[in-house]
Amino acid sequence: MIWQRHLHRRPEFLEGVRSMLPQVPGLMAWGLMTGVASVHTGLHFFDATLMALLVYAGSSQLSALPLMAAGAPAWVILATAFCVNLRFVVFSLHLREYLMHLTRWQRMSLCYFTTDLSYVLFIQRFPEPAPDTERRQQEVAFLAGNSFVAWAGWIAAILLGVVLAQWIPEAWGLGFAGSLCLLGILCSLLSTKLRFLAAVLGAFLATWAYHLPLKLNILLAIGGVMLFCWMAQSAVERWQIGQKASDESDASQAPQADSPEARS
Amino acid sequence: MSEWMGWGGMNWDAAEAWRLGVIVGLAVITVLSRSFFLILNRPWRLPKWLHQCLPFAPIAALSGVILPDMLMHHGEWVLTATDARWYAAVAAAAVYFWRRNVLHCILLGMAIYLPLHLVWGW
Repeated sequence: MIWQRHLHRRPEFLEGVRSMLPQVPGLMAWGLMTGVASVHTGLHFFDATLMALLVYAGSSQLSALPLMAAGAPAWVILATAFCVNLRFVVFSLHLREYLMHLTRWQRMSLCYFTTDLSYVLFIQRFPEPAPDTERRQQEVAFLAGNSFVAWAGWIAAILLGVVLAQWIPEAWGLGFAGSLCLLGILCSLLSTKLRFLAAVLGAFLATWAYHLPLKLNILLAIGGVMLFCWMAQSAVERWQIGQKASDESDASQAPQADSPEARS
Repeated sequence: MSEWMGWGGMNWDAAEAWRLGVIVGLAVITVLSRSFFLILNRPWRLPKWLHQCLPFAPIAALSGVILPDMLMHHGEWVLTATDARWYAAVAAAAVYFWRRNVLHCILLGMAIYLPLHLVWGW
């Protein structure tokens, strides 16, 4: 998809490239560290290279590494990676409006290269899906250009990290940088009070159930948090409906769960 | 040359096959999650309850993966005042909320962690 010639000829491809360029240094620092972390948590050079080239998802790689090192079963590792990637599932629902005119193979390959940053920059540039074929092609060219730069920068950095890891002593604890990176991503998701509560509850459940076999504590934390947040939101909704019924004028000011009004 | 790259020490045994399987599985997860709603041609939407609790799954997964390993050492509670990871993590989270930049968060966290860990051995 991003390798199709007719997309490269469009000015929007270059525009996409230019919009991603300022993000590349940060992206590369993260990629470098992911490469180092994957070797330091015990992957062979060959496995680490293969993972870097195929998986192309920093947060799910960083989450899978300690689980692989701990010998967790494959299904727990894959389920955890899928949960860490669930944000992409939500993005794909949004991208559907932009990309459904492509063939299934084109859609899936373009989406494989579309990471958080590409998605955010793409939606900023094209807040509404285009009504006609010509402008849809422009959108696809922009997304292809911007995803291509992110991919090239990331792959170069992570491979460099895999190679350099041999000379970086493990005692420096650079694997800890991987945890800090996940911590930063976690913080970026904590936009409401309920989300903050979800993080605290997730940490509590995963720590409390730490001695469960097969690293099931993480799946337990995900299940528990989703159930709790669903019940909390339903309760808030019911409370709002009750408020509305009892006092029509005050209902509009009622705080909504998981909305900007609830931000701390 | 082959030794430091790990080729020499690598055995094509069941453990290696398992690792390769997991890596390919992770790649499949990447494709599936990024193109989830674009795989089928017919339109479909999430049930409302799933749509409501889906945003919380990545939060729970990330905090479930990172925080127990920061709170514990090899499965044991370590509540000492000399754990460099604690100071680094708290400072990194604070700088994230101040600057809204994951890179600054990593850099400051490591700037606190490395001296404490390497010089004082915390």
